[in-house]
Parts: sequence; structure tokens; C-alpha cells
Amino acid sequence: MSVPAVVVEDPPEDYLQEHTLKSWLLTTDHKRVGILYMISVTVFFFVGGAAATLMRLELMTPRGDVLATPDAYNRLFTMHGVIMIFFFLIPAIPAVLGNFLLPLMIGARDLAFPKLNLMSWYVYIIGGMIGIWIMVFGGVDTGWTFYTPFSTMFSNTMVVTAAVAVFITGFSSILTGLNFVVTVHTMRAPGMTWFRLPLFVWSHYATSLIMILGTPVLAISVVLIALERIFGVGIFDPALGGDPILFQHLFWFYSHPAVYIMVLPGFAVVSEIIPCFARRPIFGYKFIAFSSVAIAIFSFLVWGHHMFVSGQSMYAGMIFSILSFLVAIPSAIKVFNWTATLYKGSIRLDTPMLYALGFIGLFTMGGLTGLMLASLAIDVHVHDTYFIVAHFHYIMVGGTVMAYLGGVHFWWPKISGRMYPEFWGKLSAMLVFVGFNLTFFPQFLLGYLGMPRRYFEYRPEFQVLNVMSTAGASILAIGYVMPLVYMLLSLRKPPNAGPNPWGATGLEWQVESPPPVHNFHDPVVVTCDPYMYSPEEAERDYAHDQHVRNA
Amino acid sequence: MHTTSTSATLDDDQPLLMSHFDDLEQQHDASNLGMWFFLATEVMFFSGMLAAYAIYRSLSPEAFHLGSRHMHLWLGFANTLVLLTSSLTMALGVRASQLGRRNQVVWYLLATAVLGIAFLGVKAVEYTKEINHHLFPGKHFVVPADDAEALMKVSATPEELHLNLGRFQMMFVLYFCLTAVHAFHMIVGIVIVLIMAELMRRKWFSGHGTTQIEVLGLYWHFVDVVWVFLYPLLYLID
Ligand SMILES: [Cu+2]
Repeated sequence: MSVPAVVVEDPPEDYLQEHTLKSWLLTTDHKRVGILYMISVTVFFFVGGAAATLMRLELMTPRGDVLATPDAYNRLFTMHGVIMIFFFLIPAIPAVLGNFLLPLMIGARDLAFPKLNLMSWYVYIIGGMIGIWIMVFGGVDTGWTFYTPFSTMFSNTMVVTAAVAVFITGFSSILTGLNFVVTVHTMRAPGMTWFRLPLFVWSHYATSLIMILGTPVLAISVVLIALERIFGVGIFDPALGGDPILFQHLFWFYSHPAVYIMVLPGFAVVSEIIPCFARRPIFGYKFIAFSSVAIAIFSFLVWGHHMFVSGQSMYAGMIFSILSFLVAIPSAIKVFNWTATLYKGSIRLDTPMLYALGFIGLFTMGGLTGLMLASLAIDVHVHDTYFIVAHFHYIMVGGTVMAYLGGVHFWWPKISGRMYPEFWGKLSAMLVFVGFNLTFFPQFLLGYLGMPRRYFEYRPEFQVLNVMSTAGASILAIGYVMPLVYMLLSLRKPPNAGPNPWGATGLEWQVESPPPVHNFHDPVVVTCDPYMYSPEEAERDYAHDQHVRNA
Repeated sequence: MHTTSTSATLDDDQPLLMSHFDDLEQQHDASNLGMWFFLATEVMFFSGMLAAYAIYRSLSPEAFHLGSRHMHLWLGFANTLVLLTSSLTMALGVRASQLGRRNQVVWYLLATAVLGIAFLGVKAVEYTKEINHHLFPGKHFVVPADDAEALMKVSATPEELHLNLGRFQMMFVLYFCLTAVHAFHMIVGIVIVLIMAELMRRKWFSGHGTTQIEVLGLYWHFVDVVWVFLYPLLYLID
């Protein structure tokens, strides 16, 4: 499809043209809703990051010194977890990049329910405001997992308010998921068959299924917590015939799949970046597509691996262990296919690619340590130690955050119409990679040596590794602040990116940057498969460029 | 903002096509599919509580049997009939809107809402009776004497008796949670039905509001079906 010249009835006005506050707050344009989400998740990311910074400062020395009380530390890690998971990681890629790109990628003018889309942002903001309110007026100390009976009977912090915040925010992800699924089913352009969908769309489809089916279970479990706290009727109280373990079952039934709500969109981004910067069609398209769906299905069957030491039966433990091993298969399929895509490609190491490669490495580390944790014997040893903390940060930060940043760099020219400075981009990607590993690799060792998580003091022999971790965190912080600065600065220049700076395939690159309000000028008809890249052509172009430069 | 573009004709019978859809069929399918997926969410929402019910009931079947005997079987049965009738009026309303009979739709919707309110009225009577018999969980919950005696017989140890008494209350915890959440869905449904009836009366919708009424019908039938499951699970154990 080529970009036509000016069409009379559709003025070449891009979606950023209107500047009034009202035009933003009442917008139903999926692209603008994506931007609203981008601004809000960025704010929450830095709020959650601030909590992490304070924790790392506290942990620099074995004694408690930065924070006044251990209680303050408990509230801090709870808020860090709640904010990062519910207000950053879960909405980050789907609600920002997914919202912006999904309709563009399938050749639609908008999502199926534009008003619900805007509503999901307001719901998210209401939940987020309650979250911030909790932080300012007391906090919660249960950890993001709200385990009973502590959360229902003993904690004297704002648990009910936190339950309300989580409940409300859940609806924003349900609305997003609902919108995506219906859009993918009904709004694909003529010729955009299921197997011509970019893998970004497949992954988001799988994510949306989890959002729709998992989030309500989280909602009901926090409702039960609130009821239990208010009425004390004993749903989770053994003295009244209740069972605290029931909460763990309900909670992890959502919260394990939630891991995939966070990481499947990461797969989505990486599946777009890798073929573009390797200039090769993605290897094993159908395997990657179906592995996303397989992950969504398996993810509902493994929640018990969080409860190996919670008193579930040995047989349940064995079954959950085996099923958890099975989830590794579709994840590994993806990693192998991305790697195979690189083989004989013509690789360009621009910033998005650096992030994507970082993702593959760190996600693999996180995944392999996940297999260690899925083995009953090892898990009993390292349960609730820093080994777990390191493992899920390799998935969540090394995986999702890397992918999010990679995606933001990759599509920034499309979103804003501007290029970011490549040098600073590469530098930030390197800093994030180095800082991340320095922060979290020592935590694997700490956990293996037996340092438990969630304490504000520790034994003196752990100090060296903790200092390394804190040093890494400061590098990581710089790596995260840099993109914020240079991307905002890039907005001061006039648009300079052009429609397709990466030479990427995909419908979103066929329209100008920033895209017009209704996405496409002409009706879209799709006639070919995705990822029609040619490494030979890229090599010829490269040789030609070198020739010109040398001449 | 998305403005609705006027489609080929200004004919009142034809629904307006939202500008981001290609044709009316796509628009209609999207709305229906959206409601179906929303109902999937609802199923999962209820299934969390039903899982709790299944676990506690299988652990202490006696306590749940005894608890179930205190439910007002006939009131519940009457309510089941009321709800099934409301599903019928809703279905007739959907049919009428497909045939373009605007006035009939309004009347069917009103009938549906009245039946829904009747259901809530009966439910309120039930709740009052239960609360008066000290069966509302919490501080003033009292296990009736003969139930305590019956539980004594099936419990081997004092600990087991204590557990069974707790589970007896648990039956009522789950009963009140499940029915209250169901009643909340009813209230939401009734409010929307009434709003839709008023909008239909004002000829607010293009194309007789067929899509909107169909989607509302899906929601209403779902809430009815939930009751059809809750009634045997809570009232008819014995
Ligand atoms: Cu898990």
C-alpha cells in the first residue's frame, strides 16, 4: 500500500493537532488514549522506582538506618510491589503500545469500543489516585500479595482501601482486554487473515484472554478480603472454619497468569523488533503465534507453584511442579525462534534492537531460574529468599521493562513523529543492561546463601553483595531517567522521522508519522504476509552506502 | 470525538454506523461479542465464590445440609419463577425490537423491570427473616439449638464440633455473599432496563435500538442463569 497524496475529504491532520486539555481528556482516539496511559504509567513507574530507591538505600548496611522503623520498610516494599505491578507493569505495554498500535496494525480506524477505551483510562486513574492516597495517608504493610490471615486479622494498615484500589484498577484491564479481543475478532481489514496478523497482535490477543478470565478472580479475592476485615465472618479464619490457604489459591489463580499479562506483551514487542533489525522474516511464525495462546492456557494451571511450602498436599505440589515445567516449553519456543531469526540476518544494533537482545538474554535467565524454582526440592530451600526476588525481577524488569523501553524507542518516531537521539538511546540501553545485572544478579547469590526477603536488616556477611546491588540500582536509575529526558527534549523539534525510519513492514509504518486521526486515508486491503524482510537486500544497501561513503 | 456519520439513507429504521466501523454487520457483531466476553468475565467473578463454596461444602457436608434447611424454599422457588418470567418478557422485548415495534419494546422492558423489582422484594423479605433468626454472619450469629445438637452428633471431637459450627456459619457467609452479588447485578440490570425503556420511548436509538436491546438481553439472561445455579446450590441441598 502506498501513501496517497492529499485526499480532499480527509485533511492531512495528524492526531496530535488539537492542543486543548478538553480534546485530550474527552478523546476517544485510541492513539490519544495510548498517550494518556503513557504519561500515567510513567508517573507511576517513577513513584514505584522512588520506593525501590529508598529500599536499596536502606539495604546498603546490615542495620536499619535510613528508615525510622521496620514498619516503614514493610510499607515501602508493599507500595513498590502494588504500584509497579498493578499500575505500571500490567498496563504498561498493552495500554500504551497496544492501544496505540493494535488498530493500526490490523488496518482498523479505532478499537471496537472507543468510549470504553477512554473509560478504562479513567478507571485506572481513579484506582491510581486511591493508591497514591494510601501512600500519603498511612500505607499498607501486607506485601502486594495481601496474604491472609495477616491482611485480614492482624495488619492495622489501610488494607481495605488497597483492596478497593486493586479492585477498581482491575476493571481497567478487563475493559482493555475486552476491547482488544473484540477488535481483533471483528475489525481486521480485508485480507488481514489470522495468520497475516503481526505477532504483536497475537500476543496481545493472548494477553487479553488472560485479562478477561483472570482479573475477575483477583477482584473477588480482594472483595473477600475486604468483607473479612469489615465483618470478621471467618472466610479465611481457621478459628471460624475458614481457611487462609483458600486466599492463596484464589490470589495466585489470577496472579500467576498476571505474570503473563506482564510478559506476553513483552514478547509482542520483541517479535516486531527482532525481524526488523535482523532484516529477516520471523522464523516459525505459527509456532510463536500459537505459543502465545498456549502460554495463556497453561498459565491458568500452574498457580500452586507459589504454595509448595504453604501446606498444600504433596501430590498437588508434584502436579503443579510438572505443569510449571510445561509452561517453559512455549516460552522456550519463542526464544529459539527469535534466535533463529537472527541467524544469517543482516543485524543492525540500533537502540530498540539493543533492548530486544537484552530482553532475550535476561528473560532466558529469569525463565531458567524459574525452572529451578518450579522444582520442589530447590524451591523449599530458596522459598521467600532473594533468589525469588531476583528471579521475578529478571522476568518483570529484565523482561517487561526492557521490552517496554525497546518498544517505546521503536515506535517513538511513529507516536511522536520525531527521532530520539541514537547515541543517548544506545547509552541508556547499555546502562540499563549493566545496571540491571549488577542490581539483581547479586540477589540470586544472596538468596541462595539464605538471605530472606522482606526484612530491613540482614546479617553482616551479606553486605558486600547488597552494596553491589544498591550500586547497580543507581546505574539503573540513570538508565531509566535518560530516555525520559531525551524523549521529552526531542519533542521540541519539528517532526523529522518520516513515515518509516526503520524500513519496517507492518501497516502502522505505511501512514505518516504521527498518524492521521482516522489512521488510514484509503480503505486498507492486505495482500501479503507480515515480516517480508530481505537480508540480501539489506546487505546490498549497506554495501552501497559504504561505497558511497568511501568514494 | 467520534461523530456518527449518517449512513446512506436517513431512514429511521436503519441504525447509524459509527465512523470507525465499516458496515452495520461489523458494528452489530462487535457489540454482541463484547457482551459475550464480558459475561465470560462475570462467570469467572462468580466462580471464585463458587470455588470457595465447593471446597467448604465438600469438607463439611453436614453443616451445609443443616444450613440449607433454613433457606426459605418456597420463596426461593417463587423467585425462580419470577426471574424465568422476566427472561421471557426480556426475550419478547428483544423480538419486538427486531421487528421494529417500538411501543411493545417499552412495555416488555417495563414488565421485565417490574419482575426484577419483585424478585428483589422477595429477596428482601427472605433476608429480613434470616436476620431476625440471627442467621446473618457476624457477632450476633447464633447456631440454632437443634442444628448445634445435630452437629454434635456428627463430630467426634470438640475441635471437630468447633470446626463444624464455623462451617455452619460459613454456609450463610457464602449464601449472603453469592445472593448479594447476584442482587447487585439485578439492581444494575433493572436500572439499565429502565433507562433503556425511557430512551426507547424517546426514540433515542437509531434502527429501533435492536443491537442495544439484544446486548441488554444477553446480560439479563445471564443474571437469570446465575440464579438458576444458585437456587439448587443454596436452597436444595437437602
Ligand atoms: Cu507463578
